[in-house]
Amino acid sequence: MSVITYRQALRETLRAEMHRDEDVFLMGEEIGVFEGSYKITEGLLKEFGERRVRDTPIAEEGFVGAAIGAAMLGLRPVVEVMTINFSLLALDQIVNHAAKIYGMFGGQNSVPMVIRMPGGGGQQLGATHSQNIELYYSFVPGLKVVAPSTPAEAAAMLRAAIRDDDPVLFLENLGLYNTKGEVPDDDDTVAEIGRAAVTREGSDITLIGYSRMAAVAGQVAEKLAEDDISVEVVDLRSLRPLDRETIVESVRKTGCAVVAEDDWLTYGIGAEIAATIQEGAFDYLDAPVRRVAMAEVPMPYSKPLETAALPSAESITTAVHETLRAVGRRVG
Amino acid sequence: MADTAKKGGGTARSTGGRRRSRKDAAPSIADEQPKALLEYYRQMLLIRRFEERTAQAYTQARIGGYCHLNLGEEATVVGLMTALKERDYLFTNYREHGYAIGKGISPREVMAELYGRSTGVSKGWGGSMHMFDTEARLLGGYGIVGGQLPLAAGAALAVSYRGGDEVVMCQMGDGTTNIGAFHETLNIAALWNLPVVFVVINNYTGMGTTVDKSSAEPELHKRGSAYRIEGVRVDGQDVIAVRDAASDLVERARSEQRPYLLETMSHRMKGHSVVDPAKYRTKEQVEEARANDPVAAFEARLEEAGVLDDDAKKEIADSVRDEVTDAADFAENSPNPEVSTLFDYTYATPVANESTRMPADPVFAE
Ligand SMILES: Cc1ncc(C[n+]2csc(CCOP(=O)(O)OP(=O)(O)O)c2C)c(N)n1
Repeated sequence: MSVITYRQALRETLRAEMHRDEDVFLMGEEIGVFEGSYKITEGLLKEFGERRVRDTPIAEEGFVGAAIGAAMLGLRPVVEVMTINFSLLALDQIVNHAAKIYGMFGGQNSVPMVIRMPGGGGQQLGATHSQNIELYYSFVPGLKVVAPSTPAEAAAMLRAAIRDDDPVLFLENLGLYNTKGEVPDDDDTVAEIGRAAVTREGSDITLIGYSRMAAVAGQVAEKLAEDDISVEVVDLRSLRPLDRETIVESVRKTGCAVVAEDDWLTYGIGAEIAATIQEGAFDYLDAPVRRVAMAEVPMPYSKPLETAALPSAESITTAVHETLRAVGRRVG
Repeated sequence: MADTAKKGGGTARSTGGRRRSRKDAAPSIADEQPKALLEYYRQMLLIRRFEERTAQAYTQARIGGYCHLNLGEEATVVGLMTALKERDYLFTNYREHGYAIGKGISPREVMAELYGRSTGVSKGWGGSMHMFDTEARLLGGYGIVGGQLPLAAGAALAVSYRGGDEVVMCQMGDGTTNIGAFHETLNIAALWNLPVVFVVINNYTGMGTTVDKSSAEPELHKRGSAYRIEGVRVDGQDVIAVRDAASDLVERARSEQRPYLLETMSHRMKGHSVVDPAKYRTKEQVEEARANDPVAAFEARLEEAGVLDDDAKKEIADSVRDEVTDAADFAENSPNPEVSTLFDYTYATPVANESTRMPADPVFAE
């Protein structure tokens, strides 16, 4: 067991997968000579050469599409899109082609590729560079969308994504890169895409999140335990397919839920979770499902405004307290 | 790299009389094998009759969706497909029935796809715009204008990654050269030395918009020059000229490992799709297309050269008619896909919690 960062976990997994399979190669803007905008691919060009670590021009539609074409012939490209914000330029290739080629041609040709992309606010990057638009992709059958929250999960999920025969969008939150966690040495665990994890058992309330919000939910649960509140934490990990069973099972046990998401509220992933709970656990609910999400504004640059716009441990804690109050429990 | 407008000559652009008449300088067929010439003729006629039958079936509502035909482009289609080796890959746009047949897919499977049947080349999942066949190496028809371009570059990247010697051909229409993907893809293909031949079928119109209204540089073969991609323009009404120009570029792409751009000048005989009456076309345009019918012209040429006599003509016509009738019967009598297979092709790797609910199913059954 070693304690490493989320960033290191990704890098070591990429390296190991490239050694394991000659068909795995990397492409993206500035991933080679520059070693990656967020240094995930540091050292890899030196180790593997230009054939397998390919710098692309600034042409998101072109290079994402080229990766799809390469995957159609059986290569396993792992594409880095500098941030999820720029994937909008490649939306046609991802939604109309990567997602559809298997179905549209009657199952004759799969597209085994991974698109890694960081996202999220909190870095004072303003409106166009602080988005979490995973919802756009989670809407589309044919895509698999994962968003792990810990270094160990990131490694196991990236292995799964690379070895999977379908296009997998692998979402990283900028706020997670430096977080540390225990990762088993010489690990070869392959996570199961489509399964959520109960990362902490509890009996009073279910707290559901993914990516950075799953990590924050864990901290909130730990803190609330000091006040004798027993929180069960569900980390979705996979946004499509979505593991509805795990969510519903947990809420049937605790009787109430808070969903925390690092994106906009209206029509969002939290709305989907709340609907899922309504359909699967209506009779078990003691209080309405509460959602914590980003403020519905273009992200401001100003630090205090940005901080206020983002969901936080405090906002989640407040939502938990209020839900428990609605259940009839005195808290805080 | 100069833009060499080799085989087709640097024809001046205007709506009328925009290419030299066939008689001036068409490549001679004197040195051609009669057997090969007759095969080109047979294929062109097959595509012609197939498309006519398709239009008929569409009007009878046996075929759904959109339906874009290759009528008037048969010489281009057959010339291009002849230039490819069996191992070479092809990406096309949505106007691809002729290409599917030319790439060696049975007309039965192509027609069955148009009928949406399980015996279709894409098992009824693709329809007119989305035909695919792994064995024939037709890597898909694509309905999004320009969507196939980055994919073709990627396939060529895979070939080059593995040190293979296949070439990827990527067909598109004239209107496609104005979309961002065209420019991104040509740049990448040139930068990475990819063995891909981009072919622009210049039928002078994208839906109703003509080349001179949509392209600031209407000599489309020149549009590769910004990426140092050599471009060639050829008379698309002449199967031999297309074959020669395409073979040359395909073999150069193979041996030199770099991309090329071919522009074929042709005529769309009908509207954009079967339902388009093409009211926007001038009388001259319609007449010009009719006068330049590539099938009739090739037929006359073969007759003149003594390669095709009345008996052979009848024999070919009969066999083509039978083949098309057989294809239509096959499609007509093929089963629709079972509804129970609805969820079979969403994911190649089975996955936990994949939704297989039908429209009215509850998410959680008690
Ligand atoms: C991105 C996109 N925009 C618009 C359309 C609608 N559309 C379908 S075909 C077509 C014209 C394309 O013309 P061209 O590339 O010349 O091909 P041709 O039809 O002549 O084969 C248009 C605008 C589309 N399918 N995709």
